[in-house]
Amino acid sequence: MSRVVVVGNGMVGQRFVETLRARDVDGRWQITVLAEENRPAYDRVGLSAFFSGATPEELSLVPEGFYDHEGDVCLKLGAQVTEVDRDRKVVRTVDGEYPYDALVLATGSYSFVPPVPGHDLPGTFVYRTIDDLVALRDYAAGRGVGAVVGGGLLGLEAANALRLLGLQTHIVEFAPRLMPQQLDESGAAMLKVQVEALGLTVHTATKTERLEPGADGAVKSMVFGDGQELGVDLVVFAAGVRPRDELARKAGLTVGERGGIAVDETCRTTDADVYAIGECALMIDRVYGLVQPGYAMAEVVAQQLLDQPATFKGADLSTKLKLLGIDVAVFGDAQGELDVVYADPAYGVYAKLALTDDAQTLLGGILVGDASAYATLRASIGGPIPGKLADFLGSGQVEGTLPGTAQVCSCNAVTKNDVFEAISDGCKDVPGIKACTKAGTTCGSCVPLLKSLLAEAGVQQDKAICEHFAFSRQELFDLIRVRGITTFSQLVAEHGQGRGCDLCKPTVASILASLGNGHVLEGEQATLQDTNDHFLANLQRNGTYSVVPRIPGGEITPDKLIVIGEVARDYGLYTKITGGQRIDLLGARVDQLPAIWRRLVDAGFESGHAYGKALRTVKSCVGTTWCRYGVQDSVGLAIALEERYRGLRAPHKIKCAVSGCARECAEARSKDFGVIATENGWNLFLGGNGGFRPRHADLFATDLDTATLVRYIDRFLMFYIRTADRLQRTAAWLESLDGGLDYLREVIVDDSLGLCADLDAAMDRHVGSYVDEWRATLEDPDKLRRFVSFVNAPDAPDPSIEFVTERGQRVPAQHRQPVVVAGTRLPVREVDP
Amino acid sequence: MTAIWTRQWTEVCRFDDLEPERGVAALVGGDQVAVFRTHDGAVYAVSNYDPCSGAYVLSRGIVGTRGHAPTVASPMFKDVYDLRTGECFGQPNVMIRTYAVSCTDGIVRVAARDPS
Repeated sequence: MSRVVVVGNGMVGQRFVETLRARDVDGRWQITVLAEENRPAYDRVGLSAFFSGATPEELSLVPEGFYDHEGDVCLKLGAQVTEVDRDRKVVRTVDGEYPYDALVLATGSYSFVPPVPGHDLPGTFVYRTIDDLVALRDYAAGRGVGAVVGGGLLGLEAANALRLLGLQTHIVEFAPRLMPQQLDESGAAMLKVQVEALGLTVHTATKTERLEPGADGAVKSMVFGDGQELGVDLVVFAAGVRPRDELARKAGLTVGERGGIAVDETCRTTDADVYAIGECALMIDRVYGLVQPGYAMAEVVAQQLLDQPATFKGADLSTKLKLLGIDVAVFGDAQGELDVVYADPAYGVYAKLALTDDAQTLLGGILVGDASAYATLRASIGGPIPGKLADFLGSGQVEGTLPGTAQVCSCNAVTKNDVFEAISDGCKDVPGIKACTKAGTTCGSCVPLLKSLLAEAGVQQDKAICEHFAFSRQELFDLIRVRGITTFSQLVAEHGQGRGCDLCKPTVASILASLGNGHVLEGEQATLQDTNDHFLANLQRNGTYSVVPRIPGGEITPDKLIVIGEVARDYGLYTKITGGQRIDLLGARVDQLPAIWRRLVDAGFESGHAYGKALRTVKSCVGTTWCRYGVQDSVGLAIALEERYRGLRAPHKIKCAVSGCARECAEARSKDFGVIATENGWNLFLGGNGGFRPRHADLFATDLDTATLVRYIDRFLMFYIRTADRLQRTAAWLESLDGGLDYLREVIVDDSLGLCADLDAAMDRHVGSYVDEWRATLEDPDKLRRFVSFVNAPDAPDPSIEFVTERGQRVPAQHRQPVVVAGTRLPVREVDP
Repeated sequence: MTAIWTRQWTEVCRFDDLEPERGVAALVGGDQVAVFRTHDGAVYAVSNYDPCSGAYVLSRGIVGTRGHAPTVASPMFKDVYDLRTGECFGQPNVMIRTYAVSCTDGIVRVAARDPS
């Protein structure tokens, strides 16, 4: 086995390890990674998400367990390399030596700090690592004014961070405009207007002369070239990066005049056994400061180590970013022979396309304020513009077609032809194309384009629920609401065909319940319900049911606990604490359910809706009532929320949690909606859980008072119930919303669709009309008649249900048997009675 | 070899006891039978045993149609059966037993195997 040592575990170094690991099927290489930082590779591009609540773990790029297999791949954290001894082919750290057959330098770059006097005062920072961000956040607490030196991509990122930390923020740029590397004058001017509209102050064409300390020795003011002075509490340097080539220099490898380890197009340095990739590499006189070219280099080296020839073929330097919430995209070569410019200062939109002088070929462009046309335009580089300019510049609506060779997804080098091939192989939707071609799986900016390619290929995006209705769930919802339909029979007669099935009937039942059409077992509605809703309990594997009484917020009195224990004992039920702080009573026969409920209802319990696609539980910690750390009453809020939303039917089951402080004992971020107490109120997180594909909830709003919090949750739930697909969880629903969380915020905070009054009224109706389904069933002899095991032997228990005892409780007797998948056909001769 | 039975009819319930598009379970000569009334008033009887899960639950499934076939979907794993033939849609080797049903004078009867 040969040994490869990788110095650096940044994004590019990690990509190299993963690529080599995936391709080295014969196990030819043993990999050792030496990382200077104390945490494995994380998403440096997404670093700013740290300030909107992302944890370092969420930014991690290393798949769980990736480095657990000591032996063939091993990661040493906090291992600073001090020397590369090329003669002996070893790498030295403080702790020891690592011999190599091949060495890959992926040392990245460091933040450039201009040598102005005072640049090293306390209160000055760079913006590069998670540790930098933690230090910045801790220092910023309680301070008022911050300045960022540098108005490029990184500077704007840093400025957004200061803004999110609550500082009055200044951006100081030496060049006459923002993003001087990427934007032209007009684009930058539009960006500046938008940045200033957010309350930031932009100083362009301004040189920082020196920083001066206050009485405590920390930075107190900035003095500019023109003598002007600005009082500041902290300064962030984001004026560019420089390649980290010091190891290579010391080892005698060739480096560039302005830094960077010189490599050829195979990423080899002047020593054939040493490679350099990413931001530390000077690839034929050029250092690439973007991650995409670094990934391409990682691929090149991995292939060569496996004796597959590969060279670096240049890189697409296009970028699309959301800086301070403003769309900015630059693609191709924005310096053309003929420029077409569209500017709309009223809407903060600027677009410039660079064309050849015959206006026939697109070379590149710049989009500020609205980058929705980015994916299509980037894919059109080198060919004609996809349609009439005036039709889509600014509007983002693109008509016309792309050439087949156009690269639709540049992250994964997928062309339009590739996508069409996947479609003709049977891919019918975006997830299918993603799985088949990898398009849209990295940055995701081409997903809207994939949708339009599907349409172009004539693929009907089938939204129909089943053969009985040619409508999506949302369309059915609107149809039922607007036409005032109250029964399934009317709906299927007027708008469907056949008599329904197990897909559409429960869906319609849920919609009718959401629109307040009474008890789920009322009249015809009973026939629509899945067995759980039909018997108001959960079907288990042996045909028995489990019963879960509601325990709001998980708070329960000793007397009620005793009642549950007595009921379980008297009916021989297996008891278990659920994942949602309630008690599950399992093993009840259909004919036992009413008597069990009667005991529970008499003791003050009501249905916990554990059987329904409905609100289940609101979990909580003990909050200020008991906890010495709690900052709000999490139990009180959890009970209030659970009682408010109990019985609410939805496309999928919904769970919630309330944590009394940031320690998050209730695990609120793993719920459909989660609330975490702050010193000033409540933070609201939406769209967590995700089922088999776990997802953390996103921070939606901060420091809300209770009334506002409840209104936002009302609207979130109602909007979800009205627009989600059948069985679509809030997590998937949120991901499928065009515009995502920002769009949701516009709808339920800014009321951009004018829907809020309607959503509020719908929730108020729900809250006002709630009745306990168990109690209502017990009070209605017609409904109770259903609860028999056999219609012709009401008192006979089901003989197929048998129990055995395990760990002191009754469990289904056949629960270890394999599932039978085929029955036999018994021929029967017809004889009339 | 084909086994041959003569029919023995068992009274199960009144027709009015059956809810349209919903099933009931009945004991017929020792068998568990699921009896369904569809929207058009037709009555079907099939085994209550769901071969895909091994539980006696088919009477609690959702009744509907697939094409022109009246169907029930097992509440356990949602396998769909043709109420007329007992065939399982999508699983060619899976069948459930069907029973003859008669409905006279408002009484529903199901034919069970001859106990001999």
